Amino acid sequence: MSDPLSIGLDERSLALRRTIIRTLGAGQRGHVGAAFSLVEILRVLYDDVLRFDAAQPKWPGRDRFILSKGHGCLALYALLADKGFIPEAELWKFCKSDGLLGGHPEHHIPGVEASTGSLGHGMSIGLGMALNARMDTSGARVFVVIGDGESNEGSIWEAALSAGKHRLENFCVLTDYNKHQSYGSTAEVQDLEPLVDKWRAFGFGVVEVNGHDVGQLQAALRALPAETGRPTAVICHTVKGKGIKFAENNMEWHHQNKVGPQDVERLLAALEGR
Amino acid sequence: MRKTSLDLVYQLAKSDERIVFIGSDLGVGTLAEFSREIPGRFLMEGVSEMNIVGMAAGLALEGKIVYVNTIATFLTRRCFEQNVLDLGLHNVPVRLISNGGGVVYAPLGPTHLAIDDLAIMRSIPNMAIVAPCDAEEMKRLIPQTVDYPGPMYIRLGKGGDPVVSSPALPFQIGKAIPMATGDDALLVTTGITAKIALEAATALGSQGIGCTVLHMHTVKPLDLEALLAHAGRVKAVVTIEEHTVIGGLGGAVAEVLAERAFEPVKRFKRIGIEDVFPHGYGSQASMMEHCGITVERTIATVQDLLAPRTS
Repeated sequence: MSDPLSIGLDERSLALRRTIIRTLGAGQRGHVGAAFSLVEILRVLYDDVLRFDAAQPKWPGRDRFILSKGHGCLALYALLADKGFIPEAELWKFCKSDGLLGGHPEHHIPGVEASTGSLGHGMSIGLGMALNARMDTSGARVFVVIGDGESNEGSIWEAALSAGKHRLENFCVLTDYNKHQSYGSTAEVQDLEPLVDKWRAFGFGVVEVNGHDVGQLQAALRALPAETGRPTAVICHTVKGKGIKFAENNMEWHHQNKVGPQDVERLLAALEGR
Repeated sequence: MRKTSLDLVYQLAKSDERIVFIGSDLGVGTLAEFSREIPGRFLMEGVSEMNIVGMAAGLALEGKIVYVNTIATFLTRRCFEQNVLDLGLHNVPVRLISNGGGVVYAPLGPTHLAIDDLAIMRSIPNMAIVAPCDAEEMKRLIPQTVDYPGPMYIRLGKGGDPVVSSPALPFQIGKAIPMATGDDALLVTTGITAKIALEAATALGSQGIGCTVLHMHTVKPLDLEALLAHAGRVKAVVTIEEHTVIGGLGGAVAEVLAERAFEPVKRFKRIGIEDVFPHGYGSQASMMEHCGITVERTIATVQDLLAPRTS
């Protein structure tokens, strides 16, 4: 596996991060680190994996996607605007009283299947959607992105037990494993290791990827399920704040408020390596 | 009441492909026919209420009508946030059928007493709450739940509860049922306390005190029109519920009366469980007695409220 910290970012990944920084600046606040660790995961899902029609967000044949770690929404909003689910102008009203987009995604936003923000909810909701697709033989697949801090929640493991029992091939859970949560490293706060073994023990086929390596993500997500007759867990090794050297693995950048124009310029410059 | 409700869900599911049932870890043989005949829409998911409610929301967001059944305390307290966010915020048609509302599980002790379920669920926007008074009323309720918008909490009694409802009185979710009429006091009840109110009303009637009994099977949305119309005619209002006096039926009625500010003011009393964990075991009946949720206390309370005030 390539190294999540040292791997470079191509122009599309940089462009999405620029959008995220400008959205952050518009709202003057946001979960920066969590959004930046997610960019390649979401980019590959929306560019290469998910079946959707942005003009008809509720098209029944679509794949369902839930960002269960809802605080990573800045990255999701960048993709929703990029794909045409929402007007780009909405990004510049982030967290404003007349805006569509707030600090956590809500299901009234086109392209958002479920409201998340409180951790530990999206996986069970997605599981219900995956069961529904099986009941209706619709062929829809369900993808849920959870966080590593979120994986402290008992409800995640209740849902994992159930998905394993149902052998839901159309259900894929991606862990944004950036190894950091709000207070500190996951190893210190609530160690998840051995994480691959845990998911395997709950009945999932498991794949590990560098979550910033577009090629690895594409290869893993184009070859689902990882194991026949099982749901898939993709452990995405990522870097919190990926792309901004001073923010990478720096917990001060978990959430920022009072973000001013100078901060935006500093982030944009750092992104370009200046 | 439980068997009646679940059997009806099964009957409805046979002809309505939108209906899905989820249990936690229910008694062996529960809905055996359902699981045998419609296995694809019958789920038994184990002791995992958080996941069950989330799953139910996911199914309902896709167009299913989901009936969930387990013990009331676990279906309200354990998965409260799922009830609020997954069901309430998404406003999805999930029906939570709760076993043992109130003190039904008295022999099992305080962990199993659902003394606060109405208060808990009442705080959730979009959540409807219905507590039928007997199995016959349950038969009239369940078919109406299929296309009712949004989530709903359905409180079950012990089972084998004496039948006090009447098919002659139309049942509609959200519409209180006047079961007796009198002009001196209004007894507002929900669930099985309708029987207590009716017996108290009969006894008080023989003393020349006329009581209206308003069976508020739907605690939320509260039937304000009926409540205020009946309260307007009487001098005293008493609520009777198998629940803490905080935040349930009594709380709801108190809020309405306080804001309506009748003049002269209505004398008012809530009968229910005081702000304690009820101590001891016994039966539902003995626990109700212990908590003072009785015909005798209702009679005494009405007499007291109607007595000339000395101050």
